[in-house]
Amino acid sequence: MRFTKTGLAGLAIAGLVLTGCTTDAPTDDAETGEEQTGGDQEWFVQEDFDREMAQRDIEPEGDAEQPWLQAIEPDWVDTSEFATEGGDATVCFSNASVSNPWRVTGFITMEQQVEALQESGDIGEFRVSDAADDDNKQISDIQAFVDSGDCDAIIISPSTTATLTPAVEAACDSGAPVIVFDRGVNTDCAVTFIHPIGGYAYGAEGAEFLVDNLEPGSKVLALRILPGVDVLENRWAAAQQIFADSDLEILGDEFTEGDGAKIKDVVTQYLERGDVDGIWMDAGDGAVAALEAFEDMGVDYPVMVGEDELSFMRKWQETGLTAIAPVYSNFQWRTPVLAAVDILNGEQVPAEWVLPQEPITDADLDDFLERNADMPSLHYAKFGGEDLPNFPEAWQDR
Amino acid sequence: MSNTSRLRAVTDRLFSGSATVFVLLALIVVALTVLNPSFLSPGPLMLFVKKAAPLILLAIGQYFVIVSGEFDLSVGSLVGAQVVIAALLIDGVESATWPVMLVMFAGGAIVGVVNGLATTILKVPSIITTLGTMLVLYGAIRWLTGGAPTGALSEQFRQLGRHGIDNVPLIGQVPWALIIVIVAGVAAVFLMRSAWGRTLITIGDNERAATFAGARVWQVKTTAFVLSSLMATAAGILIGGYAGVTAQVGQGLEFTAITAVVLGGVVLGGGRGWVVAAMAGALTVETLFRLFNQLSLPSTIRPTAQGLIIIAAVAYAAVDRARRQRTPRHSDVATS
Repeated sequence: MRFTKTGLAGLAIAGLVLTGCTTDAPTDDAETGEEQTGGDQEWFVQEDFDREMAQRDIEPEGDAEQPWLQAIEPDWVDTSEFATEGGDATVCFSNASVSNPWRVTGFITMEQQVEALQESGDIGEFRVSDAADDDNKQISDIQAFVDSGDCDAIIISPSTTATLTPAVEAACDSGAPVIVFDRGVNTDCAVTFIHPIGGYAYGAEGAEFLVDNLEPGSKVLALRILPGVDVLENRWAAAQQIFADSDLEILGDEFTEGDGAKIKDVVTQYLERGDVDGIWMDAGDGAVAALEAFEDMGVDYPVMVGEDELSFMRKWQETGLTAIAPVYSNFQWRTPVLAAVDILNGEQVPAEWVLPQEPITDADLDDFLERNADMPSLHYAKFGGEDLPNFPEAWQDR
Repeated sequence: MSNTSRLRAVTDRLFSGSATVFVLLALIVVALTVLNPSFLSPGPLMLFVKKAAPLILLAIGQYFVIVSGEFDLSVGSLVGAQVVIAALLIDGVESATWPVMLVMFAGGAIVGVVNGLATTILKVPSIITTLGTMLVLYGAIRWLTGGAPTGALSEQFRQLGRHGIDNVPLIGQVPWALIIVIVAGVAAVFLMRSAWGRTLITIGDNERAATFAGARVWQVKTTAFVLSSLMATAAGILIGGYAGVTAQVGQGLEFTAITAVVLGGVVLGGGRGWVVAAMAGALTVETLFRLFNQLSLPSTIRPTAQGLIIIAAVAYAAVDRARRQRTPRHSDVATS
């Protein structure tokens, strides 16, 4: 027993020591940063990065007052084979989840768009199934739509790319037009794939802002939600590209699960060790907690990358921060329903419907806050539903 | 002879299940201080207290339940529910702060009573009962908020978790959170020394014997569940104060709290353990997180390192207990 005890004590100490050995003292931040750049290459595709960076500068086709109908370099496809008469078509929607405020906001907008189209007599029934982030559930949800044979159009917001591909193919084989949006799948059988420019553009937007607004040699902390989620990894991979070509020092990148308490704690710890001049976030709904860490330590605010989430934007206006809000266009949730109507009318739609994705800057901050004055926190400023019938009540009572 | 036995009593304490946690805590604090000498200076230490306080409260609550031989898995969801409902009810109105806090404690007590009665009267195993309440609360919050919390906490509400008594000589600011934790800790120690506390441990050790001895098991255990829920409510008030409302508040806290208690040498299944060691367990978990950060340990490997350390520490205590049980002593029961 003595031996076991000593052994276990040894194991405990070994555990502690091991944790110490895996990385060197945190003084070599630059070095760790580079190592990580190498490690994340699996999430970086140069071609996609270059395309998204270019798309930011392309003027989208369509009415700027209705960005959810705009498209960047559309390649129109004919849909006359799907044309139906009557306007009582059943539209089915397989949703990955409503597990974060961004998706909640988007889904409300979509429901309101549907209501408007039902009143105008463009569509009939709207069926929704929610997979609660479970791939298997979503595969069976889609299969159930196909088996029912009632769906005149199937809208899919896939929970993951590779796993959902066969299910989307099965939906295409059913003969009903399929519309994929938000995250893509590895097949182009869908009539249209709707999405904003993308994660690389999102990540680069904030990183470029930091590079432009900080002195060379300034220190930047990156806060991320989770590892291994493609949309989030792309944002970080793009930011790393921008940072690599700059003179900024990246103190570290930390995962926070979007939990305010964790964010505040992590930022506090970095501040205890030294200055933090800028913060980059892969999603902005905990940005206020990060800023509070600076307030509670009594130090100056950093240059901040947030998101078009309202609690952050209000804080930004109140404090006069130097900040930017990259936008992952929430109004994209309207587009799939409108696309379904177009397709069922036999009108052309873009094969890949790339929606504009423009950040909110100091210049239009006040404008967007005024437009969303009655909206609650965790609402997204570019939700694009101001002209829908139940605005603003539908978005206020969640 | 009496000298040797006294010496033995002291060494027993030091090497007993609860002592492991103090050694581990000391080791981690030393490591932290070496890496970052400012850790033990008042400013950073008080900031650390604000972060660690909610988990310490949760560990105290969880201790009552675990030492009586049960589990409370509902605390994480309860913390989340309390914060979200508080934001909804207060909606930024200062004068609503105190009434809403009362409502929160009342709500917490109801959850505790339900957990306790379902476990004791309906005989549903507590792991199932509290898993049920956890899901009910989680679902209710989703339904109520549609996935995104609304409203806002008042400045006054946020005081407790975020601020403290300013301008204290030498220390600077004494956080309210520190005062709350000390009060709760001292109260818990006295409570465990009372008749109720002794009965609680006896029930955890041998429920049947306690019943035969005339203990009202259902009453005592239900009180333990209520205390756990009240502690979770207090923890919710501190967490909400510390960082405000996010959709993820409280997620996974039940397991962190159970980890803390077990790390403190409290035996799952009940009957053994010291509430102060459970609090030290919570501090150890928080310092461990802090150490990982300090080492810039890749977050992908953190759970693994955390798991290894916890298994090793608990196994060390268990092996030690098994060894000492070969020479039975009457003092083997409670260490408090």
